[in-house]
Amino acid sequence: MTPLDKVEGRAIPFGLKNVDTDVIIPAHWLKTTTREGMGRGAFESLRADPDNLFDSADFKGAPILIAGDNFGCGSSREHAAWALGDLGIRVVIAPSYSDIFSGNAVKNGILPVVLPQAAIDRLMEVATTDPVFVDLEHQTVTTQFQDRFSFEIDPFRKMCLLEGLDEISLTEKSDAAIGAYEKKLDADRPWMRPAA
Amino acid sequence: MTRPRTLYEKIWDAHVVEQRPDATCLIFIDRHLVHEVTSPQAFAGLRASGRTVRRPDLTIAVPDHNVPTTARLDAAGNKLPIADPESAAQLAALEKNAPEFGIRYIDATAPEQGIVHVVGPEQGFSLPGTTIVCGDSHTACHGGIGALAFGIGTSEVEHVLATQTLLLQPSKTMEVRVEGEVGPGVSAKDIILHITGVIGAAGGTGHVIEYTGSAIRALSVEGRLTVSNMAIEGGARAGLIAPDETTFEYLKGRPYAPKGADWDAAVAYWKSLATDPGATYDKTVVIDAADIAPSVTWGTSPEDVVPITGIVPDPASFADPSKQAAAAKSLAYMGLEPGTRMQDVPVENIFIGSCTNSRIEDLRAAAAVIKGRHKADNVKWAIVVPGSGLVKAQAEAEGLDRIFTDAGLEWREPGCSACLAMNPDKVPAGERCASTSNRNFVGRQGPGARTHLVSPAMAAAAAVTGKLTDVRELMA
Repeated sequence: MTPLDKVEGRAIPFGLKNVDTDVIIPAHWLKTTTREGMGRGAFESLRADPDNLFDSADFKGAPILIAGDNFGCGSSREHAAWALGDLGIRVVIAPSYSDIFSGNAVKNGILPVVLPQAAIDRLMEVATTDPVFVDLEHQTVTTQFQDRFSFEIDPFRKMCLLEGLDEISLTEKSDAAIGAYEKKLDADRPWMRPAA
Repeated sequence: MTRPRTLYEKIWDAHVVEQRPDATCLIFIDRHLVHEVTSPQAFAGLRASGRTVRRPDLTIAVPDHNVPTTARLDAAGNKLPIADPESAAQLAALEKNAPEFGIRYIDATAPEQGIVHVVGPEQGFSLPGTTIVCGDSHTACHGGIGALAFGIGTSEVEHVLATQTLLLQPSKTMEVRVEGEVGPGVSAKDIILHITGVIGAAGGTGHVIEYTGSAIRALSVEGRLTVSNMAIEGGARAGLIAPDETTFEYLKGRPYAPKGADWDAAVAYWKSLATDPGATYDKTVVIDAADIAPSVTWGTSPEDVVPITGIVPDPASFADPSKQAAAAKSLAYMGLEPGTRMQDVPVENIFIGSCTNSRIEDLRAAAAVIKGRHKADNVKWAIVVPGSGLVKAQAEAEGLDRIFTDAGLEWREPGCSACLAMNPDKVPAGERCASTSNRNFVGRQGPGARTHLVSPAMAAAAAVTGKLTDVRELMA
C-alpha cells in the first residue's frame, strides 16, 4: 500500500448524498479476478453523460473527491475503493461514510476525511476553481483562502495510512494470542466447531 | 455483579483475542463464507505472499453471484458450459482455489448449493453467538439467528483467510423495537422496509442494530433473516435478533449444528446471550407494528419507502435540501411524477428471489397469492429463484413450482440472479421490476432498470395485476 501524508490538487465537487457502491462501480465490472483497471468502470452511469465532472478538463485525474452524506453505502465490494484509486483519487471528503467503505478505502491507501456539511459546502465552492490541501499528519484540510478545517481520524487508521501498513503482517505478530484463543475456545465451547 | 450487557456486547466480548492500545480489537471469526466474486483477489494475495488458510474447517465456499439460473446439467448429467467467459473464469477460480487451500466447496451443481446467506443457516453452519463474515454486505442476514455477522471487503477476506481474525473497532448499539401485531398482508419484508424508511439509509451507520419487540419475536427464523438481511440498507453493518426457542427449533438437526450433549451445552450458552435487563443502547427507535402497511419503494435509495396506499412524494416535501435534490434525481431515473398513486404504477418484470426473500416461507407466501391466477399480459418477464437447492426441492415437494409455472412465472435454479444482475438475469433499461430483493439502486438490476422493492406476496400480486398492488385486495 502506498503511504499517504499530504495530498494537494483539484477536488472534484461531486457532493451527492447516499452514493452507493453500485454507482461507484456497477456489478458487471466485478467479473474479474484482479484488482487492476477498475477506473474504466468507475461512476459509469454518471460518466455516460459527456459533460460529467470526472472526465472534464479540470477534474480528470483529480486526487480529491468531495461527496455527500453516507458515501459508499450498500455493497461491500472493495472494487469501489480500487476504482477510485485507479481514477487517481487519494482522498474523499464527506460528512459520513458507510462503515464498510471507509474500511476498504483505508486498506487501499485512500483517506476518508469526515467534515461537517458546512465545511463540505465551503470546499465545494472553492473546489470549482481552486485546489484543496489535505494534511493527514496534522489532520487538516485547507485552501489558499485561509479556510482551515480539522478532522478526526482513528489513530490506528492514521498510522496504517501514514506508514502504508500491511494489516496481515501486523496481525501475524499476534499469532500466539490467536493460538491461545483457539485453544481456550476448544476447551470452553467445543461445540463451536462445525459438527460435520 | 457485572455490568448489564447487550446481546452485541456479549458476542463482542467473547471474541476479543487482543485489545490494541487504541480501541481497536483483534476479533476472532468463527465462520467465513466465501463466494466467487469477492474472493479471487484474496486467494491471489495469499498465493503471492506464500500464506495458507489458517482455519479451512471454519470456511465454506459456494458460488452464487454469477451462476446462471437456467439448467446447469444436460440430460446426461454433464455440466453445461457458462456462456459468459468472465463469469465462467470467476466460477472456475473458486472451484480451483477452494480445494487448493483445503476449503469445503459446494459446487453449483450440488443439491445444497444456493445463496451463501441462505446456505449458512440452512446447513446449521451459521450459529447463534458466533461471528460470521463474508465478502458481501448482506452477511448481516445471519443476525436473524443471533450471530454477529457482517460484510467485509476483499482485503479483509484475505485477512480472515490468513489469520481467522479481523482488526475491528467496537460499534455503537441501536435498538429498533417493533411492538404489537402486524396486520394482514404485512410480512417481515414490510417491517424492514418500513424501518428503513423511518431511520433512513444512514440511520444505523456506525451501529449494530438489535431488533426487539413482540412483532420481531413473533417472526419465524425465515422472517428474522429477512429483517436482519437489510440492516445494511439502514447503514448498520450488522443486525441482531436474540436467539430463542424459535431459533433453536430451526437449527436442531441441521448438518453442521451441534449434536447430542454438545447441542444441550450450545443451547444453554445461547440462552445466556440475550440482552440483560438494564443494559442500555446508544440509540433506540420504537415502532408500532400497527403502523406498518404492505410497503413499496418509489426511488433509488432503500429509504424511499411508502405504504402501497401512498403516492410518489414531491421532492419539495423533504426538509433537507440534499434529499430534495436526490429525490428529484431519483424520480427522473424512475420515470415517476410526484403525486402518482403507487397502485397506478405498471410493472413489466417480476423478480421473486435474493438472500432477502428466497426461503421456503417466502415462496409459500408468493404462491398463496398467485394460486389459481395468471400473470397479467403486460408482465413480460417473471422469475422465481429459490435461495438454495434445498429450498427448491422443498418447494417442489409442496407443489409450489407448479403454482408458479401454471401462472406463467418461470421456475429457476438457485442463485443471486436479478438482485444484482451479474448473471444473465437482468431487467431491461427503462422497464420496472417489482422485486423482492434488497436494493433499488440506479442500475442495480441492469443498466437503466427501475426497481420497486416489495415483499414476496406483493410481488405475486403485482404479477397478477401488472401494476404495483395492495396484496390485501387479493387476499381471500
